[in-house]
This record gives sequence, structure tokens and C-alpha cells, in this order.
Amino acid sequence: MNRYPTWVYATIAVALLLGALYTLPNFFGEAPAVQVSPARATLKADTAVLGRVEDALKKAGIQPTGIFLDLVGVKVRFADTDIQLKAKDVINQALNPDPENPSYTVALNLLSNSPTWLAAIPIVPARPMYLGLDLRGGVHFLLQVDMRAALIKQLDSYAGDIRSLLRDKSVRHTGIARETNNIVIQFRESEIREKARTVIAEQVPDLQLTDAGAGSELRIVASIRPEAQKRIQETALKQNIQTLHNRINELGVAEPVIQQQGVDRVVVELPGVQDTAKAKEILGRTATLEVRLVDEDAMRSNSTFNVDVFPERRRDGSVSNVPTRKQVLLTGDRFTGAGATFDQHQQPAVSINLDAAGGRVMQGVTRENLGHLMAIILIERGKGEAISVAKIQGEFSNRFQITGLFTPQETNSLALLIRAGALAAPMEIIEERTVGPSLGAENIKKGFDSTIYGFAALSLFIIVYYVVFGVFSTLALCSNLLLLVALLSMLQATLTLPGIAAIALTLGMAIDANVLVNERVREELRGGATPQAAIHAGYERAFGTILDSNVTTLIAGLSLLLFGSGPVRGFAVVHCLGILTSIFSSVVISRSMVNLAFGSRRKLERVPIGNTSWK
Amino acid sequence: MEFFKIRHDIPFMRHALAFNLVSLITFLLAVFFLATKGLNFSIEFTGGTVMEINYEHAADVERIRKVLDARSYNDYSVQNFGSSRDILIRMPLKPGQNNADLSKAVMEGLTADDKTAKLQRVEFVGPQVGEELAWNGALALFVTAIGIVLYLWVRFEWKFGVAAIIANLHDVVIILGFFALFQWEFSLPVLAAVLAVLGYSVNESVVIADRIRENFRKMRKASVTEVIDNAITRTISRTIITHGCTQTMVTSMLVFGGPALHYFALALTIGICFGIYSSVLVMAPIVRWLGVRREDLVKPLKEKKEEAVV
Repeated sequence: MNRYPTWVYATIAVALLLGALYTLPNFFGEAPAVQVSPARATLKADTAVLGRVEDALKKAGIQPTGIFLDLVGVKVRFADTDIQLKAKDVINQALNPDPENPSYTVALNLLSNSPTWLAAIPIVPARPMYLGLDLRGGVHFLLQVDMRAALIKQLDSYAGDIRSLLRDKSVRHTGIARETNNIVIQFRESEIREKARTVIAEQVPDLQLTDAGAGSELRIVASIRPEAQKRIQETALKQNIQTLHNRINELGVAEPVIQQQGVDRVVVELPGVQDTAKAKEILGRTATLEVRLVDEDAMRSNSTFNVDVFPERRRDGSVSNVPTRKQVLLTGDRFTGAGATFDQHQQPAVSINLDAAGGRVMQGVTRENLGHLMAIILIERGKGEAISVAKIQGEFSNRFQITGLFTPQETNSLALLIRAGALAAPMEIIEERTVGPSLGAENIKKGFDSTIYGFAALSLFIIVYYVVFGVFSTLALCSNLLLLVALLSMLQATLTLPGIAAIALTLGMAIDANVLVNERVREELRGGATPQAAIHAGYERAFGTILDSNVTTLIAGLSLLLFGSGPVRGFAVVHCLGILTSIFSSVVISRSMVNLAFGSRRKLERVPIGNTSWK
Repeated sequence: MEFFKIRHDIPFMRHALAFNLVSLITFLLAVFFLATKGLNFSIEFTGGTVMEINYEHAADVERIRKVLDARSYNDYSVQNFGSSRDILIRMPLKPGQNNADLSKAVMEGLTADDKTAKLQRVEFVGPQVGEELAWNGALALFVTAIGIVLYLWVRFEWKFGVAAIIANLHDVVIILGFFALFQWEFSLPVLAAVLAVLGYSVNESVVIADRIRENFRKMRKASVTEVIDNAITRTISRTIITHGCTQTMVTSMLVFGGPALHYFALALTIGICFGIYSSVLVMAPIVRWLGVRREDLVKPLKEKKEEAVV
């Protein structure tokens, strides 16, 4: 009666084999590596880049231990960190001859040392566990996008639109103003209000218009429709994420994570970043776009006195210097949009929208500087570049166009550059977690030590107490650990220090099932059952209890998973997975061992589970 | 080897009143400490900045305080963390101060004072996040409690569900009471430990409830008290060995896990110790007091009548 059909053994064998296979990559450790990825969207990491990296290393006499190309870029592995650092400089010099304007991001990274065939397994490649920032060191930021500000900025821009719209259609109003979340437009007569309402409803469909006021003080109160609000917020978030991407490229981080969380938050994780102050500064920058006036005197005299000089890349590829005045007229946070369009002569142009405050500044500047040159400067990697130098052709405020002898591709890329320099809405860091790399390594060691020593003590006790059944219990526990680590590696779930604690705790709790079975078998033996019957009854009777108690633990684990965040979620993931592997290993695997050892013996004299002869 | 050679059922229920009184007093004490001293919430809940700084030599706490005072920070706390070379600085949120950049400013001050100061860890939590975490924590506790009651209700009977959750929430309150009494830091990992203990202690109640149900089937003539006494006696060996094993693991964490896991392991230790006590000596008496009957758990068998004609 204590025999399993062959398919059960086969299933267990397959599970353990898969477990071993997916646990394997964790044993190889990591090698220092250098990762080369394109810094601009126009560039690609291809075999040519791979060749250049190889050549550069060969010339410098550096022998890499491995070099390959993947979706991210070129990755080169080295024997130790000294060679890695040297190689980074060599590659950097070879690929980025102009350090001011790098084409490729060359970053330090750690790569798994596991053989490539493991990572080449189709569908679920075998990779080592994904370590959280508290274990490998790095920075975690949670940024909150100020959605109210995004909406207000949009309202300001609508107010400007309405103003020019009503002027164009010569609809006479007595004032347009933004009041908190609404735009209020005032009129004297109701016919004019009706006219205005039709015009606005047609041209600005995102606004919901309601009438207010009476007598000669009539108003239209315009608010943004909920669906438009949602769209504006989504766009704002997307644009901010895009901007963050661009900025993080500056830092040269090997595996940055930039993710939306909820409706208005962005998580940024930068593993391995040491200089957190710089990371924070770059992320927190609000404006990388500046509008300045060109100093035309300095331009003629080539003087650099009291001016800032920025390079301008001409269409023919030549670079000229543009001296500008020191005063910054506008910064990127005043821009609400930029897009490729066509002007009244059907020539490609870039249309630009500013918010109300930006519009006011612009109005004053354009009135006083008609016919002069204005430059838009994009500051990337701490270095400015004039992306547009254009003559002020008329007085304008919050909407204007940049025209020139553009091609549609050029207007597209210029609009993109302007958008990249502007944050759609201000962001604020609301959570930061920084862990130095040495602390991370220490955390791994501490977590590992607690698990190993605890496990050793536990095994020793169980073997002494339950003899052969204790050995089986220990082996079941080992297989539990194997399967758990394999699952974590397969799912690439983030392992944190509380996660390692959860592994230890899972082992400590999983022993419960074994103890339940073993105690039950002893009890049955004392009660006079034959050895085979006692084993059978022990497992059968204990099973219901094991299931019940694990379900209750799982309830706690799942609610932690649901409501926990950060490191606690790491705990919950491991805890929940651990419960599943525990049930399998302590019920199925441990019994299969017992069945294999004793099940086929017809005359089992005694069960080696310790002394049960007392009455 | 066998530790427990118990030949007769131990009359746990005879002393139920005394046990209940003891747990009531412990419980009230815990509530008292929670009410008077309150929990020492970590910055994860309150918002603020924590910095861990490592020096190449033994850190001079007084000097660090002076540096901070010179920069007119107040309300901070500086203490050693793990070793004499490691320092932990906690700073609360302050309105009107750039909280996100606080750690940078502090670090500038400290490195100016002592070049060997090395920033190991920064944790900054803004006010928005802290509130959310506290709320989510409370919600997790609530959902767990409800989930467990429902499961035990379906699986056994409502009396077991109610008794188990009273017994185990009593554990939770006692753990929190300890944290209040000693003003240990209550952080997110501690909350995770509390919830894990809640799930784990319920195991205990499940094992005993299972045995009570089994005994109701087998011991047809025994009284309810005898059934419960027998169930506890038969499982006490497993109870103590299991908890001992789990505690071995937790002790290992306490010893080798370092300061990051210290309070986590401490919460588990208290939870495991009181978990044994509450399941055996709180849950069972409550079940009896709620009036559990054989019919609650054992469906009456249809009597087969075999008629015979001779």
C-alpha cells in the first residue's frame, strides 16, 4: 500500500531535474563586464560595433573572457575588476572620440558567469535570481508627477488659444482668466456669448462649457472634460518617462528600470549607481531647454565677452558658434507642446505652445526685439547646443512657429528635441532608497549565513530525533530549497533581504509538515499498527492538516503580496512560492522516498523513526 | 529519541480559567503599553530620512551631533548601528525644507568633518508614501484576519474560526505590546513578520481543531472536555518540536542576520513563543466556551438497519 505508481516518481524526477537546471546558474557567480549601448536613438548596436570593441581591446592588449551582442548592446566579460575598469576607458576612447558628445553609453555591469547554453534554453531561459537593490546596491526612486500642475499648464495654454481665437473671429469679450480649475470668459451681451460658445466648442472640443452670471455680467466657465483630463495626464506621464529615459542615458547605467506605477508615479531603479547625488540631480532637473536672445554684436565681432557660446550644427554638417546673451528668457518647463506642422505657405515648420506665463514673457521679448535672432538651446549631458536660431518676424505670445528651409524629417526631429527638453509636469521625489554596493554584498552574506546555519542546525536535530525518517525529512527540505530557488530564478522575481529571510522562514515552517507526519507515524506505531499501516496512516491522516495549515499561511502571504510594497513584497513573493514548494516536497517528495525505501518490503519489522516501544 | 512520553491526557481544560486569566492580563498589559507608549514607527510609516554611514574608525557620535547642530538640524537621532564604525541617523520630515535633498546636505557636512565617512544607505520617504504604507499595512492585517476566519469557518465551523482568530490576534497584540514597551522600531519587515506569524500560529489552531474533529468521530462516549484534552495532549509533542525547529531558523537569523533582520527575527520569536501558548491555552478554551458540540463537526451517520427474517 505504500507504493507510488511510476508516473508519480517520473513527475518528481522531472521536477527535481528542472529544479536543478534552473538553480544551476546561481552557482556560477558574476563576472565584471562592460556594456556598450547606443546613446542616441538613431544609432544601433550591431556587429560593426562589436568589431570595433574587439579591435580596441586587441590594440590595448586586453584579453576579454567573453564578448557577445544582445538586444541591449555589446557585452564584454573580464577576469577581474581592474581589467574591467581599464577596458571601460579603452572602449570609451575608441567609440566616443568626442567625449563631450558620446555616441555610445559605456557602462560597468555584472554578468552571470553561467554557461551560455543555460541562458539559451527556449521559452524560459535559465538565469540566476534577480537581486534587488538592497542586495546588489543601487538607487531606487519613486517620483510623483504633479498632475494638477500638468492640468493647470494645459488650462493656461487653452486660455491663450481662446484669447487668440476670439480675437481672430472678432468676438468681443471683457476678460479671460484662469480661476483654479476653470477658465472664466466674461461678456456683456448674451448673443456674443452664444457666438463665443459656438466658436470655442468647435475649436477646443476638450473643454466643457457652462453659462454663468446674469444681466450685463455674463460668463462662460470652461473646464477640461474628464476624458480629456485623463488623456492629458497620461500624456504628461508618458512624456516625463521619456524625458527620464533620456536623462538616465547620461548616467551610463547598465540596467535601469523606469516604470509607471499607478496613475501618477514613476519608479526609477538604477542598480550599481554609486554617485547618488549626481543621479538625483540629473533626475530632478526641471529644465534642459532654454530660450535666449542671440548677441548679434558679438556674432559680428567674434567676441566672447559676456556671452555664452553654443555650437549649432548646420544642415550641411558644419558647426558654427552662436553667442547668446546670459539672460535665460524661458526654460523647458514653460513649453506645453511642440509638433511638426506646415506654415501658411505649406512649408514644413515646427509649432510651439507655451503656457500663459511663458506667453507673457514671449510677448514682451518679441515686441522689443523684432527682427532680431532668438536661439533655442537644448542642454544635454550638461552641454548646450543651439537647436534653432531664428529671426523674430512678428510679435507673438504663447503659440508660435519656427520656419526655415526645413524638410519634414527635420521639423519632426526638432519637435522631438524640444519635447525631450521639457518636462510635461513637475516631478517630486517622494521615496528614495539607496544602498551602497558593499552593504549589498554584506546583506547577501548575512542572509545566506542565517539560512545555512539555521538549516544545518535544523537538519541535525531532525536526523537525531527521527533517525532515517529524519534523513528523509531533511532531503525533502533540501528539495524544497532547490525548487524554491529554481522557481525564483525562472520567474526572475526580485530577491531582497527580507526575501532571503522568507526562504529561511519557509524552511523553518516547512518542517512542520514533516514533523506532523513523523509524529503521526510514531503514534500509529505506539497504537499497535503494523509498520506499513503506520506509514500509510501517518501520511494519509496528516495530509488534511498540512493542507489546512498551509492555506492559512498562504492567506497571510497573499494579503502581504496585495498590500505590501518594496522589500516586503519581496518577502511575500518568496513566502507564497515557498508554501507551494513546501506542500509538494514535504508531502509528495518525502513520501516517495519512504515508499522507495520501505514500500516494497513485505516484511517490514520496524520503522526507523526512533524509539516507539514505550507504552 | 523522544522528548514527550505522555501516558495520560493532561487536563488542560481544568485550568482553562487560570490560563485565560493569564492571557487576559498579558493582553491588557500589551494594550496598556500600546496606548501609553505607542509604537516607535520607522520612517517608512512616518516619513523622513534615514542614513547609514560607515567610518573607517570608531565613529564619534558626539562629533556627528555637533556637525548636525552646526547646520541647525534638530529632532534627529544618531546612534551606532551594528558596529561601532557604523552610524544611523534618523531625521523627521520638516515642512519648508527640501526633504529629498536632505541626505545630500547632511553628507556634505559629515565628509567635510571627516573624510572617511562613507554613505552606505539612504532611505527617504515622503509624507504621501508614509500614510499609504501605514494604511496598506492595516488593510493587510484586516484582510488576513477575515480570510483566515472565513477559511476556518468553511473548513471547520464558525466557532473554530472565531476562536482561532481571537487567539492569534491576541498574539499580534502581544507582539505589538512588546514593541511598544521596549520602543523597538516598528518597520515594514516587522509588519511582514507579524503577518507571517499570524498565518503560522493559525497552523497550530488548525492542527488542534483537526484533532478535535477526529476525536469527536473516534471517541464517541467522551465528553467535550475529554476530547479537547486528548487532542491537545496528542499534538503537544508536534507543537513543541515544530515551533522549536522554526525557532532554530529564526534564532539563526537573530544571530547571523545582522541589524537589518534583527527586529524582524525578534517579532517572529515573540510570535512563535506566544503562538504555542495561545493555540493550546486560549483557542481551545474559547472553542469550548463557545459551546462546540459533536454535531457541529461530525455529520450524524445514518443508521443502517439490517432486518433479518428468520
